[in-house]
Amino acid sequence: MKYIDEFRDRDLCLGLAKKIESILGDSEVTIMEVCGTHTMTIFRSGIRTLLPEPIRLLSGPGCPVCVTPAAYLDQAIALSEIEDVIIATFGDMMRVPGSGSSLETQRAAGKKIAVVYSPLDALNIARNNPYKKVVFLAVGFETTSPSVAVTAIEAKKSGISNLYLLSAHKRIPPALRLLAEDRDLNVDGFILPGHVSTIIGVNPYLFLAEEYGIPSVICGFEPLDILQGICMILCQLKGKRAALEVQYKRAVKNDGNPGAMALLNKVFIETDSEWRGLGTIANSGYAMGEEYKELDAGEVFPLEEMPSAENEGCICGEILKGRKIPNQCPHFGESCTPYSPLGPCMVSSEGTCAAYYKYG
Amino acid sequence: MPPITNMDKKILLAHGSGGSLSHSLIDEVFLKNFNNPFLSEKDDGAIVEIGGTRLAFTTDSYVVKPIFFPGGDIGKLSVFGTVNDLAVMGAEPLYISCGLIIEEGLDRRVLEEIALSMAQAAQIAGVLLVTGDTKVVEKGGADRIYISTSGVGIVKKDLSVKGIEAGDRIIISGSVGEHEVSVLLAREEFPFRSQVTSDLAPLNRLASDILVVDGVKFMRDPTRGGLATTLNEIAEGIGLGIMVYEDKIGVSDGVAAVCELLGLDPLYLANEGKMVVVAKQDCTGEVLKRMRKNPLGRESEIIGEVAAELNGRVCLRTRIGGTRILDMLAGEQLPRIC
Repeated sequence: MKYIDEFRDRDLCLGLAKKIESILGDSEVTIMEVCGTHTMTIFRSGIRTLLPEPIRLLSGPGCPVCVTPAAYLDQAIALSEIEDVIIATFGDMMRVPGSGSSLETQRAAGKKIAVVYSPLDALNIARNNPYKKVVFLAVGFETTSPSVAVTAIEAKKSGISNLYLLSAHKRIPPALRLLAEDRDLNVDGFILPGHVSTIIGVNPYLFLAEEYGIPSVICGFEPLDILQGICMILCQLKGKRAALEVQYKRAVKNDGNPGAMALLNKVFIETDSEWRGLGTIANSGYAMGEEYKELDAGEVFPLEEMPSAENEGCICGEILKGRKIPNQCPHFGESCTPYSPLGPCMVSSEGTCAAYYKYG
Repeated sequence: MPPITNMDKKILLAHGSGGSLSHSLIDEVFLKNFNNPFLSEKDDGAIVEIGGTRLAFTTDSYVVKPIFFPGGDIGKLSVFGTVNDLAVMGAEPLYISCGLIIEEGLDRRVLEEIALSMAQAAQIAGVLLVTGDTKVVEKGGADRIYISTSGVGIVKKDLSVKGIEAGDRIIISGSVGEHEVSVLLAREEFPFRSQVTSDLAPLNRLASDILVVDGVKFMRDPTRGGLATTLNEIAEGIGLGIMVYEDKIGVSDGVAAVCELLGLDPLYLANEGKMVVVAKQDCTGEVLKRMRKNPLGRESEIIGEVAAELNGRVCLRTRIGGTRILDMLAGEQLPRIC
């Protein structure tokens, strides 16, 4: 396929792997790929098996499902119990465990849960079921949230009043700052999410190099992109410099997508947000703004405070921070597998644990 | 196989996906209750001996949604599906039964169209539909129409995973994923179209073309769960590893594009007209020659080999030259494609 095959060319990939080996020499380097899609490419294409051993690749907190806390799932599950409510969700959320149940189990128990591929599908469900209340589970980073913003604007414009959003949208830069500030974190370079950057541009990451001196490269998602990104980080390390560079130039503009950012700012406001395993991070989420409050499922369907419990012993947080790898978790492959996941990192197709389990 | 956990006290769609959850359901519910030497083979059908004749016997149910899709319909699928199960067991398919569960309110013309399609499929495959049953359930009791077919055939050659050894080659009769993609897009849930047509076809002639070659040890049609699941079933059955080469596995541009857009892996997508063959290395030339002569096997390729190392796992040599494990799918990739 055009524009894909070129970036999976074996000779070019092997050539870059060789180059990486020669730049690396004897030094040990740890690089974190922040985005779950990068993690999947790395595993699916077997990149680790091409790299010399002293390069360690860690997976960061960039899988939207993985960082969604159990409390959010519990809220969604509680909403699915309400008469006349249809939950519309991306498929990945179906198997994420809440404190006691999952959406998949709720569906089997007869609750109305629809898997959608786009938030606009949820709008159509609302349009086609005027006597039902459709709650869309709005999760995802800046890549996803603009399309949710469009959906909210469209719902309001076309007078569809039975669509609600339960927003757990997250912003990537505050989470990266948390990681950069962590003294225990041992990361020599960041591979930064290319698709988030097509929206927010490059400036929001400048602090990584400027304030913390960490080489960072905004990277595409094909094997060749990632290998080139690693190469660029190694060159910075070798030259003893730290900069923010863009490998994914074919998609990322310096100022991102101002139109999409305007939509985000129209519909949402920044808010503190809880990340599974990382805790609450200031200004790291999006809540419904004043103008769109009537679409906010959290406001429209007041739920009692529920005690939510993450699974004990699940080290998702340590994994998301890159301090541990999945094999170090006592549950990994034993009580926690993709068949019966304890933590979301094992559920999502982008999750670090699922990737380790599936692709070894 | 992982146990069914407390969270799964109800049957989930994922239990019908053909992946790991389906397998644990078979082990924990069906084998436990019906266990006998035939069933415990866990094959797509059983081989029974009656009056000195070895018969292959299989059954399958079809709930595909929508019931019409590019390249076929539920009727044709129900005939070819059962024919193919018999064919890959090394049998010549002969007789088929058909049970229909119809939802009240189905348009009569739709039923007639499906019946005609089944008759044509039976004729093409050279089998007779010799018995059947019809039930009608109340509106909402089923989704339009479900078909269950069983079939018998005479075994021409005993095939078993047990004869497979390290060094044997894995062959597939063509590109993967067309059936599932065509069904998926026929649901019109996505705002894009493609030209992908289901590969639905009867495999009995292609199978008999190669059965005469000595070194052919095993055949399987990689339906639900796709090529990856079939390879894992073979590896599990023999306790040996399998190495397959990504660049040898055909994926049409249409299937590849849909997979890229939706994040699907074509190796897990269902096929309804493809055959995986395990054959001794020294006869692969002959097998390939015969397969490629048949229009259904024109694009046959050697895609991998059985390996003593690899710890009984299926591994994929990726296109860029890396290696990864090709595991069985945990749950549903997409529901109801057959």
